Amino acid sequence: MTARIGVVTFPGSLDDQDTRRAIRLAGAEPVALWHKDKDLKQVDAVVLPGGFSYGDYLRAGAISRFSPVMETVIEQARAGLPVLGICNGFQVLTEAHLLPGAMLGNDHLHFICRDQKLRVENTETAWTGDYRPGQEISIPLKNMDGRYVADAYTLDRLEAEGRVVFRYLVRGETADGYGNPNGSLRDIAGITNEAGNVVGLMPHPEHAVEPLIGTGRTDGLPFFTSILKKLVNA
Amino acid sequence: MSRTPLDTVEHAAATPDVELPWAELGLKKDEYERVVEILGRRPTGAELAMYSVMWSEHCSYKSSKVHLRQFGEKAPESDALLVGIGENAGVVDVGQGYAVTFKVESHNHPSYVEPYQGAATGVGGIVRDIIAMGARPVAVVDPLRFGAADHPDTKRVLPGVVAGIGGYGNCLGLPNIGGEVVFDACYQGNPLVNAGAIGVMRHEDIHLAKASGAGNKVILYGARTGGDGIGGASILASETFDDAKPSKRPAVQVGDPFQEKLLIECTLEAFQEKLVVGIQDLGAAGLSCATSELASNGSGGMRVTLDDVPLRDSTLSPEEILMSESQERMCAVVEPAKVDRFLEICAKWDVIATVIGEVTDGDRLEIYWHGGKIVDVDPRTVAHEGPVYERPYARPSWQDELQADDANKLPRPATAEELRDQVLRLVASPNQASKKWITSQYDHFVQGNTVLAQPEDSGMIRIDEETGLGVAIATDGNGRYAKLDPYTGAQLALAEAYRNVATTGARPLAISDCLNFGSPEDPAVMWQFAEAVRGLADGCRQLGTPVTGGNVSLYNQTGEVAIHPTPVVAVLGVIDDVARRTPVAFQEEGQLLYLLGDTREEFGGSAWSQVIHDHLGGLPPAVDLERERLLAEILISASRDGMIDSAHDLSDGGLIQAVVESALLGGKGARLVVPDGLDAFTFLFSESAGRALVAVPRSEEVRFNDMCGARGLPATRIGVVDADAVELQGEFTLPLTHLTQAHESTIPTLLT
Repeated sequence: MTARIGVVTFPGSLDDQDTRRAIRLAGAEPVALWHKDKDLKQVDAVVLPGGFSYGDYLRAGAISRFSPVMETVIEQARAGLPVLGICNGFQVLTEAHLLPGAMLGNDHLHFICRDQKLRVENTETAWTGDYRPGQEISIPLKNMDGRYVADAYTLDRLEAEGRVVFRYLVRGETADGYGNPNGSLRDIAGITNEAGNVVGLMPHPEHAVEPLIGTGRTDGLPFFTSILKKLVNA
Repeated sequence: MSRTPLDTVEHAAATPDVELPWAELGLKKDEYERVVEILGRRPTGAELAMYSVMWSEHCSYKSSKVHLRQFGEKAPESDALLVGIGENAGVVDVGQGYAVTFKVESHNHPSYVEPYQGAATGVGGIVRDIIAMGARPVAVVDPLRFGAADHPDTKRVLPGVVAGIGGYGNCLGLPNIGGEVVFDACYQGNPLVNAGAIGVMRHEDIHLAKASGAGNKVILYGARTGGDGIGGASILASETFDDAKPSKRPAVQVGDPFQEKLLIECTLEAFQEKLVVGIQDLGAAGLSCATSELASNGSGGMRVTLDDVPLRDSTLSPEEILMSESQERMCAVVEPAKVDRFLEICAKWDVIATVIGEVTDGDRLEIYWHGGKIVDVDPRTVAHEGPVYERPYARPSWQDELQADDANKLPRPATAEELRDQVLRLVASPNQASKKWITSQYDHFVQGNTVLAQPEDSGMIRIDEETGLGVAIATDGNGRYAKLDPYTGAQLALAEAYRNVATTGARPLAISDCLNFGSPEDPAVMWQFAEAVRGLADGCRQLGTPVTGGNVSLYNQTGEVAIHPTPVVAVLGVIDDVARRTPVAFQEEGQLLYLLGDTREEFGGSAWSQVIHDHLGGLPPAVDLERERLLAEILISASRDGMIDSAHDLSDGGLIQAVVESALLGGKGARLVVPDGLDAFTFLFSESAGRALVAVPRSEEVRFNDMCGARGLPATRIGVVDADAVELQGEFTLPLTHLTQAHESTIPTLLT
């Protein structure tokens, strides 16, 4: 018996098939979910994938947040359903107020695609159990609107409660994937909610799961093995 | 405000003396007379709109056609070719039941006027060509050429073009895996923005642009039709029919990548359910092109009711609707029983779809507006029987002088210090410098199948997760070489792209090309074009790689000054298992560096002559295609059998450029020794073709040498992979940190 993990396809989702592949490679069963359908097909967890849902028109994630499927996702996430938002999915989660803060355009005003160094700050969430605390990993980052912002009170609280899950690894030069790639406050790359079941991050773990493909690293695979273990052992 | 009566076919027949603005629409007098002769009467305004746009250089290839025929006539025997020239894109068999379609096109002129939208819609157009063949697009590549890197206008054009390509392609979810960025003052007023795309399908899913089966419905789907890109049609509308209309329209179309993404998904879903008889995308010439080509390629005629076309602007005239180049639209021919399901799929993806006509028994294309027949033509005369010109051509008077200005006689570095300095200047020059600032604005990873992406020698995509089957693509062109000798220059572009595919371990199968030239009305330019096409056709025959299709872009010139003749060649290759691919980066210290091929004193058109002497003259490197073929075989065998761990093609910048790139990508240096019979300068900077640099693990050295020896390929040991510097023994040492600084800071400094 394995876990069923849903991946929502919004119009304009791009990394949905990639995320389903990562789930499969981790040993879980991927389930395609459709934005117009409120039914989550009894999945054990949900991933909101990357892309440009609704073209990112108006504001990244702003329209998707009102999709029928999100009504159920929001309701069940509040009840404890593990939810992971990657890139555009993270933007949807902040728009849906499942996670605090917001994403603005990158400070350099360009799309950026690179292999990004991160430090894992929290291994207690549903999605990060297979990492070691403080582990340094490298996974692809690719976005236009990746600058995480929140008010000082929120940021302080996130830090005090250990809810910053990933930080961009800043170490001297910005070459080779080091450095804050977009001006995110306090180098935040990913956060979680109070319960630790909802996680959002800008970089793409689903693109670091096979040794031959992309950057050739598999640093993203633990996301999917973490949730699988958690669900199967639950 | 009153309107003159609708210019129907009947009205046209009854009013033979009405003057039409054919000249303003770009038709020559004899071309207009030919239209009248074909129809047996004056054309209606709508017919004139269609003929004028379909008989334009861009759509009809009227100046280039007589030369392009060679691609067919000299085509090599190939089992791989499933669909050849003439369709939206060629299709190649890559084995295991898979077929791959690919094509390169230009969007040069719009990208100069409006860099972001020009480049964005270039990506959109080529991707629709790929979908129209029945394939899922899997990657894009972008060969780009701009004016001088330090010219102020380059700072306007380049960032806009790059943002446009990224903005559109990233939003479609297509990894950008290759291409080029070249700077040269000759492209100042005429940047070349070429865009290529690859798509994958099963053999049985190949679709063609033809409307057959009387009674089948013609469905227009995608974006609404607006007034963008209607250029000449506005003249027709304002001068002939309705003077009161606002005539200012954007000349360059505006792209909506989100709409295109939906179009891709709903089209592929319709293909999957086998709902589509024929399909055509709407690009240049919009509905005029789609309807006339579908009807022309099919067995019957077609009847279209233009009133049913969904509009963004209800004031558009029928001529404007026919000519509109609004983006993100496609036209499908569907059996009546399947129309409902087709419309359902479009609705699922929130794509507007409308039945606008049907296939008829006859052989006429008839278009109606407000109940009147405004077009009644034989579609073949519109789509395929346009004018063909035998433009005069002549070898330019300056060609001999240019070739006599021998680059081999330029002053060479006299000391080790000068040699070292010139190496640094070369790798820091805009053309040889790292393009990371540009390529990091493109998504390389999406779809999760990218095995190699720029700056690798070719982009490589896995197409089957189980077997590891993959395809590789490389695009190359060198306008400097082609200016010195267009015949050889075109073959060098072919040879380089072919070599780049082989370097990564893939077997080259077929090519597409984008031929960028100046005005065909200049006999010197026409000679360059004729020579380049002849060179390419001869080269393809010799290498066994057929031309599957491509694009010609003429009139790339400002006033009397044309760009360098710039044939860009895309070579597609296949690799049985992507796990066997060979990367550019050095992998392990101590591995042996071998130089494959012969190095001669060849500096004509070289990067060295440009960077150090700002010189262009002499002859380009000699081409030996049999040698290229042998080199490719060795590289492919060595990849497959695990005899090499990294490989890099030698081209502009010569050996030292290749060594520095492999070193910086791998974070490992190299210790080099000048081989017997060569001087240090020639060793480092010569651009002799047919060469590659490979790193051989020590355990494989004997086997590798035996293979090269047995097949007669010169392989010279030139050094080893080393720690953290590039050293030429007895001459100089350059630390990697120093090289990184030189190689990577140039482009960001120029553009930010």
